[in-house]
Amino acid sequence: MEGIKDRIFRFLIFLCASTVILIAAGMCITLFINSLPVLKHMGVSFILSSDWDPVNNKFGILPFLVGTLITSFLSLLISLPFSISTAILLGEYLRKGRMAIFLQNIIDLMAGIPSVIYGFWGLLVLVPIVQKVEIKLNIIPYGVGIFTASIVLATMVIPYTASIAREVISLVPDDLREAGYALGATRWEVIRCIVIPHAKTGIFAGVLLAFGRAIGETMAVTMIIGNRNQIPKSIFAPANTMASAIANQFTEATSDIYVSALIGVGLVLFMVTVIINYAGRYIIKRLEIK
Amino acid sequence: MKRLLDIFVIVCMIFIYGVCWSQSLVLTGAGATFPYPLYAKWFYVYEKITGVKVNYQAIGSGGGIRQLINRVVDFGGTDAFMSDKELSRSPAKILHFPTCLGAVVITYNLPGKPVLKLTPDIIADIFLGKIKKWDDSRIAKINPDVKLPNLDIVVIHRSDGSGTTFIFSDYLSKVSKEWKERVGRGKSLNWPIGLGGKGNPGVAALVKQIPGAIGYVELIYAGQNNMPVALIRNKSGHFIKPTMKSVSLAANISIPADTRISITNTDAEYGYPISSFTWIIFYKEQAYNGRSKKRAKALAELFWWMIHEGQKYNEKLLYSRLPEAVVKKAEAIIKDMTYNGKSVLK
Amino acid sequence: MKKRLVIDKVLFSLIILFSFITIMPLFLILVYIIKEGIGIVNWNFLTGLPKPVGESGGGIFNAILGTAIICLMAFFMAVPIGVGAGIYLSEKKEGRFVELVRICIDILQSAPSIVLGIIAYLWLVKPMKAFSAFSGSVALAIMMLPVVVYNTEESLKIIPYSLREAAFALGVPYYKVILKVVIPSGLSGIITGILIGISRIAGETAPLLFTAFGSPHVNLNPLKPMASLPLLIFNYALSPYPEWIKQAWGASVILCFMIFLLNLLSRIGTKRWKVTL
Repeated sequence: MEGIKDRIFRFLIFLCASTVILIAAGMCITLFINSLPVLKHMGVSFILSSDWDPVNNKFGILPFLVGTLITSFLSLLISLPFSISTAILLGEYLRKGRMAIFLQNIIDLMAGIPSVIYGFWGLLVLVPIVQKVEIKLNIIPYGVGIFTASIVLATMVIPYTASIAREVISLVPDDLREAGYALGATRWEVIRCIVIPHAKTGIFAGVLLAFGRAIGETMAVTMIIGNRNQIPKSIFAPANTMASAIANQFTEATSDIYVSALIGVGLVLFMVTVIINYAGRYIIKRLEIK
Repeated sequence: MKRLLDIFVIVCMIFIYGVCWSQSLVLTGAGATFPYPLYAKWFYVYEKITGVKVNYQAIGSGGGIRQLINRVVDFGGTDAFMSDKELSRSPAKILHFPTCLGAVVITYNLPGKPVLKLTPDIIADIFLGKIKKWDDSRIAKINPDVKLPNLDIVVIHRSDGSGTTFIFSDYLSKVSKEWKERVGRGKSLNWPIGLGGKGNPGVAALVKQIPGAIGYVELIYAGQNNMPVALIRNKSGHFIKPTMKSVSLAANISIPADTRISITNTDAEYGYPISSFTWIIFYKEQAYNGRSKKRAKALAELFWWMIHEGQKYNEKLLYSRLPEAVVKKAEAIIKDMTYNGKSVLK
Repeated sequence: MKKRLVIDKVLFSLIILFSFITIMPLFLILVYIIKEGIGIVNWNFLTGLPKPVGESGGGIFNAILGTAIICLMAFFMAVPIGVGAGIYLSEKKEGRFVELVRICIDILQSAPSIVLGIIAYLWLVKPMKAFSAFSGSVALAIMMLPVVVYNTEESLKIIPYSLREAAFALGVPYYKVILKVVIPSGLSGIITGILIGISRIAGETAPLLFTAFGSPHVNLNPLKPMASLPLLIFNYALSPYPEWIKQAWGASVILCFMIFLLNLLSRIGTKRWKVTL
C-alpha cells in the first residue's frame, strides 16, 4: 500500500521537474515558430539591417541591438567602481557587525525597488538634471537617451554585481590574507595583490550576470531612453533597446509580419541573455567546485 | 501540509466564484489614446446611469484594430479608419462609426510661449529635418512679430504606432510631395529625425521638458497642459487656430455612408486643416465566440448613447461634437448591427 | 614606509566614499517618492476607484486588489511546481535529466520579463481571445518559478542525511520522510524563497503589459482584464495630467511599502545575505 504512495510521490516530483523543462522548451519553440515569418521575410538582414520601417515592412533590428549593447555596457562601466568598492568594503573591511548588516540590507532593498519606479524617478528627477548638463555642454537637450538610461540601469545592477563580488571576495582563503599581512603588507596591498587577483574570475562572472540583467531590463529603460529606431550617434542621443522596442510597439503592431518581427526581437533578446547568463553561471559553478 | 491544501481549495473556490460572479456585463474596448479622456468620462457616466461597465484601455489605434481582429475585445477605437486591404483581412465584416472630431495640433516649447504661424511646407521641412533652427528665415518671414531664439529644433514624434501619427502624416503626404515619397503615411513611420514619446501623453511630456522642442499632439492634450499651439494655413489660405469650432467646420463636406473619409487638408473655407474623425469599430455580426445576445444589445445601446446623450460632454472636454448629418449616418450604421442575422436595435 | 600607509588610508577613504555614493540613490528615490506621494495616501485613495481626468479624488483600490489577486494566482501556480521540482533536484542530485532541469531553470531565470509577457500573450491571450489577469499571473509564475526551485533545493540540500536515515530506520515510507521530516526542517528556507519570489514579481510591469491589460473597475474574475499597481504607475507616470502623476507617486509609496515588507519578512528566515539572481 505504502509502496504505491511512494511511487505516486516520486512521480509527482518528477512531473514538477518535467514541467520546468516543458516550460523552458515551450518558450524557445513558441518564440522561434512565431518569429519564423519575419526570418523568412528578412533573412540575415533581420539582424544586419539598420532599417526599421514598419510602414514598408522592413524590419532590421541592428539599431536595437546596438542600443541595447551600448546602454548595458555603459551602465556596467558606470556601476563598476561603486559595486566593487561596496563589495570590498563588505567582504574585507566590514565582515561582521551592525554596520555591515545595515549596509547589506540597504543594498538588498535597492534590488527590490520595482523597475517602473526607477523609471518614474528617472523621468521626473534625473531627466531635468541631465537636460541642464546637456545645455551646459551645448548639445541638444533631449534629457532622455542612452546616457540617462545607463545611469538608471547602473543603479539597478549595482546590487547584483556587489553581492556576487562580495561572495567571491569572502571565498578567498584567509590563509592567503594572513600570509600577506605577515609579510608586512597594508590592507590595501593585500586587497590589490592577493584578494582581487584571486577573486577576479568570480567578479567577472558577477559582472556578466549583471550585464544579462541590464540587457533584459524593460520598464525603466522604456521610460527614459527616448525611443528612436535609429542607430544612436552619441551617448546622449535617444535610442531604443530590444526590450523597450517590444514594450512600445507590441500592442500597436497591426500586421502579422510586424508582430512576428517584434517576437523575433524577443527571440534575439532571449538568446543573448541566456548565453550571457549561462557563461556567468558556468564560471561561478566552477569556482564553487574549486 | 493539510492546512495548505485547505487554503488551496478555498482559493480555487474563490477563483470559480469570481468567474461566475462577474458574468455581470463588462464590455471591453481598446484602442486610440486620443479620445481616451472623453471615453473615460462617458463610460464613467454610463455606468452610473445604466450599471453597464465598460473597460476601455488606451493602447493605441493599431492595437485597437489588431485586438478586434483577434476578437479579444468587444470594440476597438481608432483614429485612422481601416483601409480596404485591412478590412479584407478581417475574419468578418467590420463597421465604423465616428464618435467625435479631433485635431492634431503643432505644439512647441519656446521661451515666452509665443503664438506661431506655420505653413504646410514649413511643417513638412521641419519634420523632414531640413529646417534646423528656430530663427530660420522662412519661419521668421511669416512671424514678423515673434522674436525667435537661436535654438535647435528638436522634433518629437510618437514612438508607438498611432492614429495621431496617421492623421498627421496623412496631412503631410497631402501637402508635401517630398514627404509622401520619403516617409509616406502610416501609423508608425520611419522618421527622418527626432525622438519618440509613447502616446499623446508621452509626446506632450517630452515637448514640455525640452526647450526648443516641436511635436504634434491631439488638441485636447495641448489644451489641458496649457501648451502653445501653432496657427496653420489651410487650403483656402487662411491661418486657422485649432478650436472646437474650426475643427467642426472641417467636417462640413460630404461624408460617405460608411463614414470612412479623411478630412485632413479640408476644402472647407474656415476648417482647421489637420482635423479628423475618431471611430469606434465593431463586428456587424455580433454572434461570435459564444457571446450572448444581451451583450450585443448592451453594446448597441452603449453606441447609441455615445452618439446622442454622450455628445453633450464633448465640448467640456475640448472635443468637437459630431455634426447633425454625421450623427444620422452613424445611427444607420449602429442599426446595421446584427445578432444571428437579426438586427439588434429596432 | 609612510607613503604606503598614506595610500592605504586614501584608498580606504575612497572605498568608503564610493560605497556611500552607492547607497545614495536608494535614499534619493525613497525620499522623493515619500515627499511626493505620502500626501495623497489616505483612506479614500486606498479604497476609492479611479475617476476620469479632470475630476479630483479617485483611488487605486482596483489596482491594489488586482496586484494581490494576480500575485496570489502566480503563487499557487509557481509554489507547488517549484517546491516539487526543488525536492526532485535535491533528492536526485545527479544524472542527465537533472542536468537538463538545471539548464532549463537557468534559462527561465535569465528570460527577460518582457519576453515572458510575449509568451503569455501567445500561449493564453491569443487562443483564449481575451486579455486576462490569469495570463498575467502565468507570466509572473514563470518568473517566480526558478527562484522557488533554487531556494527549495538549496535549503533541502543542507539537511543532514542522518535525519532521513533515522526516519527510514523507524520504517517511515519515503514520501512521509520527505513531507514530515525533510521539508519541515528546510521550511524556513523554502518560505524565504517564496517570499523573495513574490517580492520579485509584485513590482513587475513588463509581463502585464499585453496580458492583464488593466481595468478601471474592481474585478474578481481572473479571466477578465484586471488592474495592477505597477501597470497603473506606468500609465499614470507617462500621462501629462498633474493629478495622475500625483497618484502615481502615491501608488509608488504603496508598492514600495508592500515590497519592502515582503523583503523584511523574507529576511527573518535567513541570516545569510544574498541577492537572489
